[in-house]
Amino acid sequence: MAILVNSETRLLVQGITGRDGSFHAKQMLDYGTNVVAGVTPGKGGQTEHGVPVFNTVREAVEATRPNTSIIYAPARFAPDAILEAADAGIALIVCISEHIPPLDMVRVRARLAGTGSRLLGPNCPGLITPGQAKVGIMPGFIHQPGRVGVVSRSGTLTYEVVYALTQLGLGQSTAVGIGGDPVNGTSFIDVLRLFQEDAGTDAIAMIGEIGGTDEEAAAAFIKEHVTKPVVGFIAGQTAPPGKRMGHAGAIISGGTGTAEEKIAAMTAAGVRMSESAAGIATIMKEILG
Amino acid sequence: MNIHEYQAAELFAKYGLPINPGRVARTPEEAAEHARAIGGTVVLKAQVHSGGRGKAGGVKLAKSPEEAAEKTGQILGLDIRGHIVQQVLVAPGADIAKEYYLGAILDREARGITMMGSAEGGVDIEEVARTNPEAIIKVTADPLLGLQDYEARELAFGMGIEAAEVNSFVAIVKQLYSAFVGEDASLAEINPLIRTGDGKWAAIDSKMVLDDSALYRHPGLEGLRDLAEENPTEIEAKKAGLAFVKLDGEIGCMVNGAGLSMATMDAIKFAGGSPANFLDVGGGATSKQVVQGLQLILADPNVTAILFNIFGGIARCDVIAQGIVDGLTQIEVKVPLVVRLLGTNQEEGRRILRESGFDLITADTMSEAAQKVVAAAAGR
Repeated sequence: MAILVNSETRLLVQGITGRDGSFHAKQMLDYGTNVVAGVTPGKGGQTEHGVPVFNTVREAVEATRPNTSIIYAPARFAPDAILEAADAGIALIVCISEHIPPLDMVRVRARLAGTGSRLLGPNCPGLITPGQAKVGIMPGFIHQPGRVGVVSRSGTLTYEVVYALTQLGLGQSTAVGIGGDPVNGTSFIDVLRLFQEDAGTDAIAMIGEIGGTDEEAAAAFIKEHVTKPVVGFIAGQTAPPGKRMGHAGAIISGGTGTAEEKIAAMTAAGVRMSESAAGIATIMKEILG
Repeated sequence: MNIHEYQAAELFAKYGLPINPGRVARTPEEAAEHARAIGGTVVLKAQVHSGGRGKAGGVKLAKSPEEAAEKTGQILGLDIRGHIVQQVLVAPGADIAKEYYLGAILDREARGITMMGSAEGGVDIEEVARTNPEAIIKVTADPLLGLQDYEARELAFGMGIEAAEVNSFVAIVKQLYSAFVGEDASLAEINPLIRTGDGKWAAIDSKMVLDDSALYRHPGLEGLRDLAEENPTEIEAKKAGLAFVKLDGEIGCMVNGAGLSMATMDAIKFAGGSPANFLDVGGGATSKQVVQGLQLILADPNVTAILFNIFGGIARCDVIAQGIVDGLTQIEVKVPLVVRLLGTNQEEGRRILRESGFDLITADTMSEAAQKVVAAAAGR
């Protein structure tokens, strides 16, 4: 058991002949992900790493029946790619691209509402169900199959936590990066709900950061709806207000979005908060034994 | 990207908003000329990318060209929250009957564009939000349909605007929404939006923050950037493709990934130190970028030690290690260096560092690295 991706995943790579798309398609194939098709407009008929390439998502869907898509397109083309995937009926759309204008994402989200498509990202590392499917840019080798669900706004910080979990023998059911942008497709709450319902997940590691109030909303949700243990960490305790810390969404503005507020909200919701990222694993070990 | 008040007003005017047209002066003499051309009482306003201008003495009234020159002389050169005033906006004095606040923001929680209005205009709106949140009325527009008239009317009636003035107010709300969307802003504000004694609307102060990621759609807007308002090190970092933020501490850090960078800063603080910067070299860091990053860190005289924290996923440890070695070969580094390399090609990376012959302190975990760099910075 796991969430969102597994051995049944049939993956489409949008932008498969580009530098990043090609590199990561290969990495995902090597991990054992079932990559069934690629799309690059104008390159239909070619193959990339043995994977057939199509001109449009619709053609790729008709020929190979993918249920998940991953997008590496540059920011200015990514919203179009998301809409194309949704229009062709892809159930899970993972957008890696960074620097998409938030106003574009607001429109894309509005268009996706009510369709059967879920968007993960943008500006995210993707997600992985260890041993089954890697749909993203994370290093596969640090993961191990297991029963801890991981959800995070960050990329490399997630790797840090996953690595620490694996070192202590705690595998992961699924590790999900929701992305560092202010407007994204899938929220902490969406993923927490899936982990709570997943029989293959015993506990949840949640990694947040400064900016916005998604962690506070997640804390309220945890208090009401999550019975599984949650261990958390918030990055950016030393970040100054008004400065964007790399991620477009990581900014303390108007006195909201501080680490202190988020840590307080999560603690009040019964989340065990760690003082360091890797410390999540130590606390998790205590809880799960 | 932040822009000046007068620049925001020029953009607002394109959408039909009733701005209070002013002229920019860089010297007292220019201010006197503008005051003479405008006639009557003028208001002089410091043009800096900062709030709190009034309290800092950056906004003054002048009744004559002579007074305008004298007071402009006082405002030019003022330090307002670290911003030095180099330009003053000279605008006609306004006959204020009533002040309102009107703003458009990218609303993270509602994931849409929210229009906000308040009858408590002309004051710090964040203060109103804290002390009297009910005084702020909000409506969120459907991003596909745009702001509707009824939504603007809800705002108007919620703000207590008189029935006879509602239609003209609705037009202004829609113009501000159009300006926000049309210029790809992340914030657009009129504070105050006033009703004049003779029953007209006027936007007395205009503010706009533009979305950097959408500037590619607006080649003309890049010209509004005021480099004097931006940190020179951060400008250089941007050119090199690095995300850099200057901080006040003594420990320089270079990390791959934004979240890991923030966590590294936190770990330094937790170990008793203080970070000198945020620096994300990104997932595909090249040797050249590592060298540039090292130069940025060393440009800060407060730095007494540097921590490299690299988790190789997409970034490869051997590439980063080579970058560190190249950097140390090109630049003389007198402060101690602590390196933590983990992940893809870690063995190769560590070998490169070992064989370089440079005196590097190594660590296996982030907290160990933080403790070692804090100790090294203190000369222990």
